[in-house]
Amino acid sequence: MASIEISNAVKSYGAVDVLHGIDLDIQDGEFIVLVGPSGCGKSTLLRMIAGLEDITSGAISIGGTVVNELQPKDRDIAMVFQSYALYPHMSVAENMSYALTLRKTAREKITDAITNVAEILGLTALLERRPKALSGGQRQRVAMGRAIVRKPQAFLFDEPLSNLDARLREQMRTEIRKLHRRLGATSVYVTHDQIEAMTMADRIVAMHDGIIQQVGSPVEIYDRPANIFVASFIGSPAMNFLKGAYEVAQNGTAGIRLTDGSFVPVLPARGATANQAVTLGARPEHIAIAADENGENGGIPARVELIEPMGLSTLVHVSLAGNPVKIFTLDRPDFAVDSFIHIAFDMEKIHVFDTETELRLPPENEPHGPQTA
Amino acid sequence: MNVSGNSPARKLVYWGSHYLMIGAFVVFALFPLYWLLKVSVTPNDILYTEGVRMWPSRTTWENYFFVLTQSNFPHYFLNSVIVAGTTAIVTTMVAAVTGYSFSRFAFRGKVIIVALMLITQMFPLVMLIAPIFKILAPLGLTDSLTGLIIVYTAFNVPFATFLMQSFFDGIPKDLEEAAMIDGNTRFQAFRRIILPLTLPGVAATLGFVFTAAWSELLFALMLVSSESASTFPVGLLSFVSKFSVDFGQMMAAGVLALIPACAFFLLIQRYLVQGLTAGAVKG
Ligand SMILES: Nc1ncnc2c1ncn2[C@@H]1O[C@H](COP(=O)(O)OP(=O)(O)O)[C@@H](O)[C@H]1O
Ligand SMILES: [Mg+2]
Repeated sequence: MASIEISNAVKSYGAVDVLHGIDLDIQDGEFIVLVGPSGCGKSTLLRMIAGLEDITSGAISIGGTVVNELQPKDRDIAMVFQSYALYPHMSVAENMSYALTLRKTAREKITDAITNVAEILGLTALLERRPKALSGGQRQRVAMGRAIVRKPQAFLFDEPLSNLDARLREQMRTEIRKLHRRLGATSVYVTHDQIEAMTMADRIVAMHDGIIQQVGSPVEIYDRPANIFVASFIGSPAMNFLKGAYEVAQNGTAGIRLTDGSFVPVLPARGATANQAVTLGARPEHIAIAADENGENGGIPARVELIEPMGLSTLVHVSLAGNPVKIFTLDRPDFAVDSFIHIAFDMEKIHVFDTETELRLPPENEPHGPQTA
Repeated sequence: MNVSGNSPARKLVYWGSHYLMIGAFVVFALFPLYWLLKVSVTPNDILYTEGVRMWPSRTTWENYFFVLTQSNFPHYFLNSVIVAGTTAIVTTMVAAVTGYSFSRFAFRGKVIIVALMLITQMFPLVMLIAPIFKILAPLGLTDSLTGLIIVYTAFNVPFATFLMQSFFDGIPKDLEEAAMIDGNTRFQAFRRIILPLTLPGVAATLGFVFTAAWSELLFALMLVSSESASTFPVGLLSFVSKFSVDFGQMMAAGVLALIPACAFFLLIQRYLVQGLTAGAVKG
C-alpha cells in the first residue's frame, strides 16, 4: 500500500489544457472519489496516475517515488475499467492470474490467490468460463478480482459501476466499500455519480473543467460546499439558488433581499458587504412549508407547481416569484397544485454565495476550515 | 421486423425465396469453375466435335497427366507458391504493425502518410510498369522472384494496412491498457492480447493478399522474361500458341492452380468464420 502525491499536474492535448495544475495528496489506505460532470478530466487524471497518459508538467509520485517516467507495468497499480476490459480469449481464472503469471509467481501461489479471491467475490463456480458467458455483474466482479489478486500499491477505478443496473450498482457499492475495509488499499475511484461519491468516499475530490473545486469528507462537502458548482453538483434533489442582494440591519442581523422584494434572514456572512450581489443557496430539506403566513421565520408565499411523491418523502416544486424551488418534506402535503403556500428557509442551514465569484461566504461564526477553491 | 415469427406459410415463402436467391447466385458464380473442370477432363478429339454439352461422353485424365509431367507447369506452380506465400506473409506482418499504429497512435505526419497510401491506390498499374522496371533493372531484380515479391508487397501493403486497421479499431483500447497495467510492455500487450483477438483479421488479410499475388499477371509478365522465374498465370499463357489454344491442358492447369488457393482458405476458414460469428471482443 502506498500514498499518492500529485503536485501541479497539468495535461494538455496540443493547445487545449484539460487539467490545470492539480494538487492532491492521497493518504496511504484512503478511499478517494474523484467526482465531477462528464468531460471535467477525472479519467485523464486517473490515467495519468496509471501511466496511460503522459504528464504534460508537474509530478505524480506513488509511495514516495516519482513515477512520471515509469511505464504502467512498473507502477504496481491495478485498474478496473468501465468496460471491464476482460481478455476475451482467456478464462476467468486466466484473466485473474495474468498479472501474476507475468511476474513469474509460483504456480501454487497463483492457484491459492485465485481460489481465495474467487471465494471472496463468489466467482468459484465460474473460474473456467470465458467472459462472453458471464452476466454484466459477474464480469464486473472478475474485473475486481483481477485487480485484487495482485495486491497492488493502489487501486484505480474508472466508473466501474456505470454499466450495471441500479440495484446491482447499489449492491456493488457496498461490496467495494467492504472490500476496501478488508484490504485497506489506497483507492482512487472516478465517478460522475454524486451518490456513489457520497456513499463510498473517505474524501471527495470535486472537479470541474480540469480544476479541483473542493476536497473534503462527504459531509463537509455536503454541508459546507466551497462554491456554487460544488453546491449544485452534490446532493439530489439539487440545491435551490435564488439571486438577491445582501442586507445588514443596525442590530447586526443580516438577510438577503430577493429580486421579488421578499426578505430571507441569514446568518451574517464573512466578507459580505451591504448591497453586494449574492446568491442564496438552500437545500430542499432546509426549506419548510409554513402552516400559515405567521409560520416560523415568517413565510414567503409561493405557488405549488408539482407534487412528486417519493414514498418516504415528497418533493414539492413551487414557484417563488418566477424562480423554481424544490422542497423536500416528510409530511404528506395537504394542498393542491396551483394553490399558494408559505415557505420558510432554515436560517442556520442555508448558504450565501458571492454571485460574481460564485464562492461561498461562510457564516462569521463558522471556524475557518480547510477548503480548496 | 421479425419475419420468421409469422405464419408457417409465410415463413416457407420467406425462406424459400431466400434460398432460391442464394442458389441462383451460387450457380452463377460457380458455373465458370464447372466449365473449367468439364473442359479439363474432355479428350481433345471430341472437344470441338460434340457441340455444347454439359458433360462429355468420354472423360480423360490425360490433360492433367501432360501438364504435370510434360510441361513446365510444376515449376511455374512452385514459383507462384513462393511468390504468393512470401508476399502474403510479409505484407500481413507489415500491415499488422502499421495498421496497429494507425489505429492506436496519434503522431506527426499520420494524415500525410495515410493520404500517400491512398494515392498509391489510385494509379492504374499499367502506368507504373515502366518506372518500376527502370528502378528494378539496375538492382538486378527484374527476372527474379524477389523482385516480384517486393513489387507485390509494396502494392498490397496500403490496402492490407487499412484492412488490419479496421480490425484493430474493433478491439477496445482498454484491453491493451489493462494488459499494460497487468505487467506487459505495449509490444507484449500487442502480441499476447491484441494479436490473438485479431486472428480473423490476420487470416482475412493473408487470404486477400495471397489470392491477389497468386493471380497477378501484368507485372509477372512484364518484369520476368525467363522461364525459370515465371509464375503460373504467365505459364497459363504458354498454352496459347500462335496458331491454336490448347484448351484442355490450359483448363487442367487452371484447375490445379485452384488447389493452393482452396487449401489456403480451408486452412484459415476457421478464423474467418470465427470473425463473422464471434463478436466476442465487445460487450
Ligand atoms: N486524446 C484526446 N485528445 C484531445 N482531447 C481529449 C483527449 N482525451 C480526452 N480529451 C478531453 O479531455 C477532457 C477530459 O476528458 P476525461 O478525462 O475523459 O473526462 P471525464 O473522465 O471527467 O469525463 C474532455 O474534454 C475530453 O474531450
Ligand atoms: Mg471518464
